[in-house]
Amino acid sequence: MQALIALVRAEIKLHFSNRRAVLMSIVAPILIAAFFGSLFGSGSKMAGIPIAVVDLDDSPLTRSVVAALRAEPSLKTLVTDEADALAQVRAGKLRAVTVLPRGLGERAGGAMFGGAKPEITLHYDPSQTSALAVVRGLLAQTLMQEVSRATFSTAGLEKMQRQVRDATGLLAGHRDDLVKMFDAIGKVQHADAAASAASVPQAGLSLPYTTREIEALQSGSNAAPVAYNSYAHSFAGMGVQFILMSGVELALGLLLMRRLGLWKRLRAAPLSRSQLLGSRVAASALISLIVFAIIYAVAIVAFGVRVQGSPAGFALVLACFSLLTASFGLLVAALGRTPEATRGLAILATLLMVMLGGAWVPAFIFPEWLQTLSLAVPTRWAVDALDAMTWRGQPFAAALLPSAVLLGFSALFTAVAIWRFRWEE
Amino acid sequence: MTNEVLVARGLRKAYGDRVAMQEVSLTLRPGEVLGLLGPNGAGKSTTVGMICGLTPPDAGSVTLSGGVSLASDEAGYKRRIGLVPQDIALYEELPARMNLELFGALYGMPPALIRNRADEVLAMVGLSDRAKDRPSTFSGGMKRRLNIACALIHDPEVLLLDEPTAGVDPQSRNAIFDNLERLKATGKALIYTTHYMEEAERLADRIVIVDHGRVVASGTQAQLYALLPAAQTLHVELASEPDEAALAGLAGVKRVGQRLDASVADVGRDTGPLLAALVARGIRVRGLASARATLEDVFLHLTGRQLRD
Repeated sequence: MQALIALVRAEIKLHFSNRRAVLMSIVAPILIAAFFGSLFGSGSKMAGIPIAVVDLDDSPLTRSVVAALRAEPSLKTLVTDEADALAQVRAGKLRAVTVLPRGLGERAGGAMFGGAKPEITLHYDPSQTSALAVVRGLLAQTLMQEVSRATFSTAGLEKMQRQVRDATGLLAGHRDDLVKMFDAIGKVQHADAAASAASVPQAGLSLPYTTREIEALQSGSNAAPVAYNSYAHSFAGMGVQFILMSGVELALGLLLMRRLGLWKRLRAAPLSRSQLLGSRVAASALISLIVFAIIYAVAIVAFGVRVQGSPAGFALVLACFSLLTASFGLLVAALGRTPEATRGLAILATLLMVMLGGAWVPAFIFPEWLQTLSLAVPTRWAVDALDAMTWRGQPFAAALLPSAVLLGFSALFTAVAIWRFRWEE
Repeated sequence: MTNEVLVARGLRKAYGDRVAMQEVSLTLRPGEVLGLLGPNGAGKSTTVGMICGLTPPDAGSVTLSGGVSLASDEAGYKRRIGLVPQDIALYEELPARMNLELFGALYGMPPALIRNRADEVLAMVGLSDRAKDRPSTFSGGMKRRLNIACALIHDPEVLLLDEPTAGVDPQSRNAIFDNLERLKATGKALIYTTHYMEEAERLADRIVIVDHGRVVASGTQAQLYALLPAAQTLHVELASEPDEAALAGLAGVKRVGQRLDASVADVGRDTGPLLAALVARGIRVRGLASARATLEDVFLHLTGRQLRD
């Protein structure tokens, strides 16, 4: 035990005396996590989606649609001609262009009850398909409100009644029903206007609901609701990434020890193989744990990250991930031949694990097949568990399965490492 | 085993078809330096590896006094041996003293004893004033001395030194030799591998000469010189390179370029007849020098090659 402690202490002292290694393992993840956290933070306002609207109709209806789109805070709407708008989309300055066709104001109301529908063209940047969905939704909402408002105004209703009476393709029964419906709507609107003492009756359809949006986060049944902190995920992701990378560096240190003859010298001492490898694993795990704790301490103090879930679960996950890092490093050292040849491959493997683990972008935006596949990657369990213990506010029980999985991977990595380890130089 | 502290018998090691070392048998007594002399790749480090437990031999055994072997008590065996590897095996970024304390702990020494021994060995290798400095700031010679100190921290009976002066300046080399001679005087048993015959001649009481994975000769220096046909060599510088035919019949004479090396038993007696024989063959002599036989001559005689081939 004395020898084991001496080796572990030496490794820890060596690690923290190497300023470059410390800088890499502590400062770099903090800086990058801070950057990503600020990008995706709930507190930071998203800039409006830049779009253009081309009004070829220039009718009262389309003018009100344009005004409504310009008033929409989620959009940054430019009114211009079609050629200019298309040029700006191609240049990447606009996400989409909506072209309101001639005759839209005239035909839109009637199209709600059948007949030929006017066609609105949407040009979009193919690299911004998510923006297209937002624009499409907002356009539908705005058009429905404005068209229905125009349609169900006093003048609009009279016009609709005239169109229905003049329509030749309608069955007689349907025509009468529609005229009665427009009469009834007109009466209700006049009655509402009189009751609210408004001088102008409020016409049109509105969304049939309102929403109350609450972040689904509470630290306990009796606790006050807590705010989502985007830094929590970014610190989990970047912490996992850089801790794994420091594990690779420790592995390369072992390969370097081999090259320098220090490993041979240690083997000449009365130490068992389990003491030699165990000291490496213990030192690496402790260094990882210390570094991760420092990273989270900064996250808590400077970025407001909170362990909303179980602190014990959080500590358990950190400990299990530190062990995983150490065993991963041992595996790298066992499979590697030279530090130079091993470094590139090990970093590639680390980045793949980190990417699939959802450290860069949350795993829920992965395709379903990739979400399933990423369950075979230990980093996915680590990131999810750290999210669960921090901003998701989950209880201790939620840390148990991920911790068991991390320990399972650690055991697997260690077994393969021992199997493949070259004892003789 | 009588007075021997270490006995190795029939050690053999092969890597696939390549035999690295075979049939190595040697003994070592307290206060004795055994030189393991041979060119690079001769099998010296393999032998050291087998003795200190780094390289499991395919055959043979090594036993310390009291019948302790790697098989019977690996930890006990290793505690009685100190290894100075060919590489500088130090934690370069840990202070010199901490290196010593670490190696002391690896050998299970109590902390108080480690502190005392660290002071002693630092003083012995002349690094007391650099105890708090990191080896990365040391010269090559200082690192070598610290390398030796780390092997001595646990006060081993047997010290294995694998080319401990590689890349060291003459001053540091002499300092290392002085240290080793002091250790020898205190009764330590040393195995010293080198390909420098001067080092073996200065330090070793007995020498084992190895080449191509086998022992070619062993014994005291006197015993090894006795293997030579003559104890001294005459170096005869010629005015021009002679024909081989002109040298026919000259026993014990080898041509080395424009020089002849002649082994002679007695310089005073044999020089005149040799010069007369050369003159008689029309060979003009420009200069003459004599030299005592060296281990280099022994190696050349036994293997037909020079040590640094």
